[in-house]
Amino acid sequence: MAEQITKRQVTVPVMADLAARGEQPEILFWVGCAGAFDDRYKRVTRAFVRILEHVGIKYAVLGMEETCTGDPAKRAGNEFLFQMQAMQNITTLDGYQIKKIVTACPHCFNTIKNEYPALGGNYEVIHHSTFLQQLINEGKVGVAGGGEFKGRRITFHDSCYLGRANNIYEAPRDVLATLDADLVEMKRSKANGLCCGAGGAQMWKEAEPGNKEVNIERTEEALFTLDGNAPALAQTRGVEDGNAGATPSPRTNGQGAIIAVSCPFCMTMMSDGVKNKERESDVQVFDLAELIASAEGLNA
Amino acid sequence: MLGITSTFRSNPPPNYFPVTIENIIFLLVAIVGFGLFAWQARKIRANILVGRDRDMSGNIGERLQKTLLVAFGQQKMFKRITPALLHLVVYVGFLVINIEVIEIVIDGVFGTHRVLQFLGPVYDVLMATNEILGALVIIAVIAFWWRRNVKKVRRFSGPEMRAWPRIDADMILYIEVVLMVALFVMNTSDLKWHRLQNLEMPGSFPVSSLLMSIFPSDLNLLHFLERAGWWAHIVGILIFLNYLPSSKHFHIIMAFPNVYYSRLVPQGQFSNVDSITHEVKAMMDPSYQVPAPPVGPDGSALAPTSFGAKDVEDLAWTNLLNAYSCTECGRCTASCPANITGKLLSPRKIIMDTRDRMEEKYNSPLIFQPNQYGDASKGTERVKVEADQNTLLRGKVTPEELWACTTCNACVESCPVNINPLESIIEMRRFLVLEESAAPHSLNVMFSNIENNGAPWAFSPSDRFNWADELYLAEKQAVTA
Repeated sequence: MAEQITKRQVTVPVMADLAARGEQPEILFWVGCAGAFDDRYKRVTRAFVRILEHVGIKYAVLGMEETCTGDPAKRAGNEFLFQMQAMQNITTLDGYQIKKIVTACPHCFNTIKNEYPALGGNYEVIHHSTFLQQLINEGKVGVAGGGEFKGRRITFHDSCYLGRANNIYEAPRDVLATLDADLVEMKRSKANGLCCGAGGAQMWKEAEPGNKEVNIERTEEALFTLDGNAPALAQTRGVEDGNAGATPSPRTNGQGAIIAVSCPFCMTMMSDGVKNKERESDVQVFDLAELIASAEGLNA
Repeated sequence: MLGITSTFRSNPPPNYFPVTIENIIFLLVAIVGFGLFAWQARKIRANILVGRDRDMSGNIGERLQKTLLVAFGQQKMFKRITPALLHLVVYVGFLVINIEVIEIVIDGVFGTHRVLQFLGPVYDVLMATNEILGALVIIAVIAFWWRRNVKKVRRFSGPEMRAWPRIDADMILYIEVVLMVALFVMNTSDLKWHRLQNLEMPGSFPVSSLLMSIFPSDLNLLHFLERAGWWAHIVGILIFLNYLPSSKHFHIIMAFPNVYYSRLVPQGQFSNVDSITHEVKAMMDPSYQVPAPPVGPDGSALAPTSFGAKDVEDLAWTNLLNAYSCTECGRCTASCPANITGKLLSPRKIIMDTRDRMEEKYNSPLIFQPNQYGDASKGTERVKVEADQNTLLRGKVTPEELWACTTCNACVESCPVNINPLESIIEMRRFLVLEESAAPHSLNVMFSNIENNGAPWAFSPSDRFNWADELYLAEKQAVTA
């Protein structure tokens, strides 16, 4: 018995069409503005849809009816604009009687999960790292092993709005663990993780005067970690007094290393950082969904 | 010439309470000491209560559990093991040695000597524990001084750590050494006075036993030293108590209520502004009834409050409680991505500014020393603030600091006593945006993109679903050969 790989075009189900047919999805995929418009993160959205299609879950997206959750407005202090956006989205979601939402953006995740209830929007919201972890636990993905990522060195950059904001640290690491890769931790990880520099509406403005960009500080740490550069890591700020953890051994593996992210803003900041450090030749930045979709051989 | 207390011990007089002029003086000193502290505490309570009302009642079990773990249990200190262990010694020393303070107060008022000695073996254990902790406290305090002044741990420096905060930090260490030395002078001279006369000394004193050889053998001098140590210890404690409201060391008291009243919701959840919710609901649904504005005790409508915070009274009282709980350790600033990369923002400074501003505008403790940042010789002094801008926002905290925040919660996570600088930062950002329309231009562009396109970037809403075009999936299908 042999295997044949076929290529199938996906028609992404839109909520309005399901509703017209009187159908209800098991889960609504909230794409987010970066997932919909940012060229790099669109690839993550597509990878995640491939996974949804692959496991056969009944899902839908809002399509053109989706609009910004209001997160950047709220973090920037524009509470009025945030609430306008939130009310509009709650009206849409409640109109379709949505119960469960998955999103690949920690900012959308945090806002809908934690800040919409005060405005009357109550949903079960999960981030795609938790969703992928559940699929892995159910044996629906990740059983094939790491595939192309086997043995490659990967470090995970914690998103603030997934980690400190919502205490999700293990789900993304569990997802990465299925890749059979050489996982290494940065000195500043999990609750001590360093921000990529884009949160709190920084994504849309120039940084204030300083001596470095935050994403450069973080990318350097990621690169030193992937390289196992002990002397450079010893200089890491904010981890004095012995809370630093182990330093990885120097990287001998000739294959490219990977910075894994779970957030569109982290994706932009870390990718820009790698470009700035001229390390694109041997270090790539991938989202969890992209890694899983690749390992499962879902890309066509 | 033996003192009152020793006379009582060897030869009980008919009067059971041998109260003398010394006891009356002590009583007066204690009343003044505690009274002055109560007076200062009331002022600080009033300062905290200028903040906006915020209902933090309920969830008592969860709050108590958190207080036990984070405040009593020092849970978050143990993220950094070296200072955690040093701090634990001083903290446990403070708790245990204070049991002896109870004895000192009773002895002082009633003219008894070591009144708790009836505890027998428990007293032995208590005194021995005190002595060992006392010695460890001196060692820990020396280590703290070394970290601050010789090793110069980076987080102890910064523009907000000049002048008073700098002096204060060392002052606390010196006072603690003086208190411990007084304790040992008292114990050792008492012990030697008893031993020289083959009298039994209640309690067990492992450290003083070692120190006896360096003390004089003159009974009168020993008695004088015992009294001097006793008075120095208790008067030192009363002075220290009254120093606390002017010091970062106030955290030894305020950490407990601060942790108790800290937020229970996920760190990512920012507060909702209810007054805006009413406006937005009324805009979307004309039939929505906006609740009547709050009224004062006399029934008249209260002046509407601003959106966000311009000055300390615009912050919630819990944010002001934060300011009195800060021990200026700098863990927040050391973990702040903006600060690490050289920006002006320092979460610790925001908290210290809040305390300074409360004391400048409302009640001051005994020693009020406003923070000084600038150094004219180095060109780092702040822009001179106009009188009408002498508020927390602009007068102390500049928009440049506020706009550097990535809202990453590293400061909140790192604080050992659950202070939340991010809440205050967001409240001041709200004031800048909603009351002054003073957001950076690029953020105003982002706002109008959201309003017009439903996305923070300038993309057409009609392109929102383009990502789904030409999407293919590879599927494996088993084929039989």
